[in-house]
Amino acid sequence: MRDTLRITTAPADREQPAAPAAPPDIKAVPVRHPGRWLVALVVAAFAAAMARSVATNPRFEWGLVGHYLFSPRILHGLVVTIELTAIAMAIGIVLGVVLAVMRLSPNPVVAVASSLYIWFFRGTPVLVQLLFWSFIAALYPVISIGIPFGPALIHGDANVLITPFIAAILGLGLNEGAYMAEIVRAGMLSVDPGQEEAAHALGMTRAQTLRRIVLPQAMRVIVPPTGNEAISMLKTTSLVSVIAYTELLYSAQLIYAVNFKQIPLLIVVSAWYLLLTTLLSIGQWFIERRYGRGSAHGRPRTLLQRIGAHLVSLRPHAERAVEQAR
Amino acid sequence: MTAMVSAEHVHKRFGRVDVLKGVSLEVEAGRVACLLGPSGSGKSTFLRCINHLEKIDSGRLSVAGELVGYRDAGGRLHELREREVVRKRAEIGMVFQRFNLFPHMTALENIAQAPFRVRRVPKAEACQHAAELLARVGLAGRERSYPSQLSGGQQQRVAIARALAMRPKLMLFDEPTSALDPELVGEVLDVMRQLAHDGMTMVVVTHEIGFAREVADSVAFMDGGVIVECGDPRQVLDDPRNQRTRSFLSKVL
Repeated sequence: MRDTLRITTAPADREQPAAPAAPPDIKAVPVRHPGRWLVALVVAAFAAAMARSVATNPRFEWGLVGHYLFSPRILHGLVVTIELTAIAMAIGIVLGVVLAVMRLSPNPVVAVASSLYIWFFRGTPVLVQLLFWSFIAALYPVISIGIPFGPALIHGDANVLITPFIAAILGLGLNEGAYMAEIVRAGMLSVDPGQEEAAHALGMTRAQTLRRIVLPQAMRVIVPPTGNEAISMLKTTSLVSVIAYTELLYSAQLIYAVNFKQIPLLIVVSAWYLLLTTLLSIGQWFIERRYGRGSAHGRPRTLLQRIGAHLVSLRPHAERAVEQAR
Repeated sequence: MTAMVSAEHVHKRFGRVDVLKGVSLEVEAGRVACLLGPSGSGKSTFLRCINHLEKIDSGRLSVAGELVGYRDAGGRLHELREREVVRKRAEIGMVFQRFNLFPHMTALENIAQAPFRVRRVPKAEACQHAAELLARVGLAGRERSYPSQLSGGQQQRVAIARALAMRPKLMLFDEPTSALDPELVGEVLDVMRQLAHDGMTMVVVTHEIGFAREVADSVAFMDGGVIVECGDPRQVLDDPRNQRTRSFLSKVL
């Protein structure tokens, strides 16, 4: 058996006539963009005005911002926010995968159960759900989780069991599960049905096909919106302040409730949120790169390549050269 | 000679459309059968019924003497559980028109995947066998290539190696060269020819009349969900008795 591709090169005689020297590169006068300069001027003027205001308005109280940025109470709230985001997203992703698989199951009972869950949790505001969980004791004063009609594994007063922390992760996580389910489902549907068929033809079970063939390929579609969800979740955790759980925002609120320095503290909070969302975006980019393996679209460019491309693209006409060089 | 594939009056409906209207065919072990016919004649559907990717509605279909998808218990048919269906499918290799390689795995991983996951062959052994199969289809050295880095012909050869990795007793080919550029068809047919030469039982849906004439032990011409003519390739291809076979061949030759 041969490994030869039977592609013959162009006949030799077609290469024979000496190719005429390539004509010189075109040197044309580039199109001018006076509009760009005008817009740049306007933007610069606005930026200067804002910078001046930020620097000269004493009510920003930058000194206080610096003072509170690393205060132990704020840092504690920051850690709690990160914890909440991680736990709620973990619950959301696991629940989302389970719900998506259920929804695409050939078993109609399972599929309908999943649809109902998604309908309910997407159809009510997460703020309302959070409040519900924190007031759950009014509905079920005693909570008992265990085997139905059998022994209870967890049993206790709802006010003791459902702490603000538990209410927060339940509210955020169960809500997120409904959104993640739709994202995972879209990812699974994006995989060519031929893949499933090939796996079945090789003797793989439905579960193996899902785990080894469909989900890994669905990841490429699932990861980018999941990154958005994580960023969105980080900010949504601030809603937990309404059930008096001391995450980042509520920590700041507790401080300004005493010293009335709302603006500097809200700036502190915003700075931390901004830093965290930036870090998450970078993490998302690395994960996307990981799941781009073997894809026809190729891997996303590295950060340096992207920055390089942007620098070059500031000069007109150079962008295409960079694209071609990739 | 025992029949590897035996179909009697197989019917298949998709909704209200009758796709197969009583297909009967026998393929003996070690033989190559080619299914020809215009698109929509039910060739591919019949092939997919053989490894139970599609359920048949009536008739009998068995592979190596065992019913496909059912168990006969005292004259009553019981549907097989997933585990049993899967075990039987594992013994039948299938090659698709569009290759359907797993794009997130290298060529070697594609081939070693099923032996490792389904047969529980140790990983090192599965990989070694996979490398041997790659060499057998003329792709030694491409172990680490992803499908997107291979030409269509190379992808299809990996797909054949992937099916062979399960050591099947029967290979099904669903128009294996129809999605290929013309200059890449030959390399895939070479591999299939070699496979037939080595004694593999094969059912091949194809439009490659030359391949059918040269390799097939029997040729069946399908049209409108039935086999209208079946027999020795020289007779069916060179001296067709049926009018529909004749008009089809005059168009493709």
